[in-house]
Amino acid sequence: MSGFSRLALVEGRLFLREKAALIGVFGLPVALVIGFGLIPGFGDPQKGLSDQIGTEYIAGLGVAIVLASLGLTGVPMVIGQYRERGVLRRLAVTPVRPLTLLLADLAVWAAAAVLSVALVVAVVRFVFHVPAPVQSGWFLLSVALGIASLYAVGLLAAAVAPTARSSAGIGWLLFFPNMFLAGVYFPTEEMSATMREVGNFTPLGSALHAVRDSWMGIDPRPEYLGIMAAWALLAGALAARFFRWDQA
Amino acid sequence: MTPVIEVTGLTKRYGGQAVVDGISFHVERGEIFGILGPNGAGKTTAVECMEGLRRRDAGQVQILGLDPMADGHRLHQRIGVQLQETQLQDKLKVREALELYASFYPNPADWRELLDRWGLAGKSDARFGKLSGGQKQRLFIALALVGNPEVVFLDELTAGLDPGARRATWDLIAQVRDSGVTVVLVSHFMDEVEELCDRVAILERGRIAALDTPAGLVDSAGGEYRMRFRPMAPLDEQSLTILPGVTAIGRHGAHVTVTGSGDFASAVTAELARRQVIAADLRIEGRSLDSAYVALTGRTMDT
Repeated sequence: MSGFSRLALVEGRLFLREKAALIGVFGLPVALVIGFGLIPGFGDPQKGLSDQIGTEYIAGLGVAIVLASLGLTGVPMVIGQYRERGVLRRLAVTPVRPLTLLLADLAVWAAAAVLSVALVVAVVRFVFHVPAPVQSGWFLLSVALGIASLYAVGLLAAAVAPTARSSAGIGWLLFFPNMFLAGVYFPTEEMSATMREVGNFTPLGSALHAVRDSWMGIDPRPEYLGIMAAWALLAGALAARFFRWDQA
Repeated sequence: MTPVIEVTGLTKRYGGQAVVDGISFHVERGEIFGILGPNGAGKTTAVECMEGLRRRDAGQVQILGLDPMADGHRLHQRIGVQLQETQLQDKLKVREALELYASFYPNPADWRELLDRWGLAGKSDARFGKLSGGQKQRLFIALALVGNPEVVFLDELTAGLDPGARRATWDLIAQVRDSGVTVVLVSHFMDEVEELCDRVAILERGRIAALDTPAGLVDSAGGEYRMRFRPMAPLDEQSLTILPGVTAIGRHGAHVTVTGSGDFASAVTAELARRQVIAADLRIEGRSLDSAYVALTGRTMDT
């Protein structure tokens, strides 16, 4: 087995030992879907939500919460800690490079996100009998780009933050406005045109739009996918450029 | 035979200030080489340049014939490192850490045996975050050895260990050396260096102030012995000044103190015997690396 798979296995096991993270990543989105799904009439198209079925809409929010909490809070918190505690330094004097640990962690967190999204889809489909995403290809691509863009932003936060505390802090500072602008707290349908425009340019905003569209059977607008890809590339490149392996 | 470690003019600057300032030395296979010095002398920076963790600004470094800056990956397969002040993931178990690190190396040691030898067998399933300082330290030493390295760098080996564990650790490190492994030991403990090291470089403000065997350092420092006794018969102590090697005589109440170098103590005892004066409470204070350090650098370790 390569260093990458060994690290991914160990980091995956460590992830399963974090109870708070498990509740946030797997429990919260499902609880949200079930809670709203039980409201009578929520399984019908909702006028205020561009005629999207309420349960489907909430499932989209669940996906957004998973991506944002893993990417914007989990990634910078854990990586900031690994740097501050010298986990990365210690690896730097073994035949395995610390970059391998970062990649293994990103893979574990991406797998966690995909699992959680699958869980949400399964609950919506089998508990509430609302169809799974109609445009499944576009849906998967939207989730993948959402993961890539939000994790890249989280990495960038970890890259520029001087300490573990500030790394986690920057993550939380990004988390709330992103959730707000993306329309997690209230639907973009109720936002002013300007706010909606700004929201579209955030990685989470385009992810949520693309997820909602593909769920309803609409091809997501290419700019949503493009915006996510741009964030992934730009933030990823900047993170690679500025990342410090060592807490000076 | 070429040395295992060759360092020539190693220099590392931070903000124009040389933290390591052109140091040169070499280490032979199977040696325990000590790097001794006060905090801030550049010890850790110097070994981190040798481990490939920091990029040097000038000079040459060859470890096992490899340049840590150019051949880091190949070098890291053959060296083991215990760093100062590192932590592992809190929820990682001791067993998992050793197993994981063992998997990184081409010819790893048996990690179960290391677990036993370093007194961690009972902690195999304990999480890193639950270990005591001493247990963490022993785990890091075990991790430094798990790859079956040819050279081991140990930075403040016994930090956080209680006196009993320190001595046990020294014995184990001596065994590691006896198995043919070269050890570079960074320390600010005199007793540790004196006990373990074959040769010692004393680092001061980024430069090597002295480099020799511990005994050689003591000798070259030329410190003096002090001999203290209570004569059981009247003694004109000043008459002892003429003896070879004696440099000073003092009397404090019933006690006489004779200071000198070389073999002065035998001369004094022979003279006392000749005068039939019995020396009670006879005590000779030997020189130690401690006093040699002060003599060589002009200051104590703590400053």
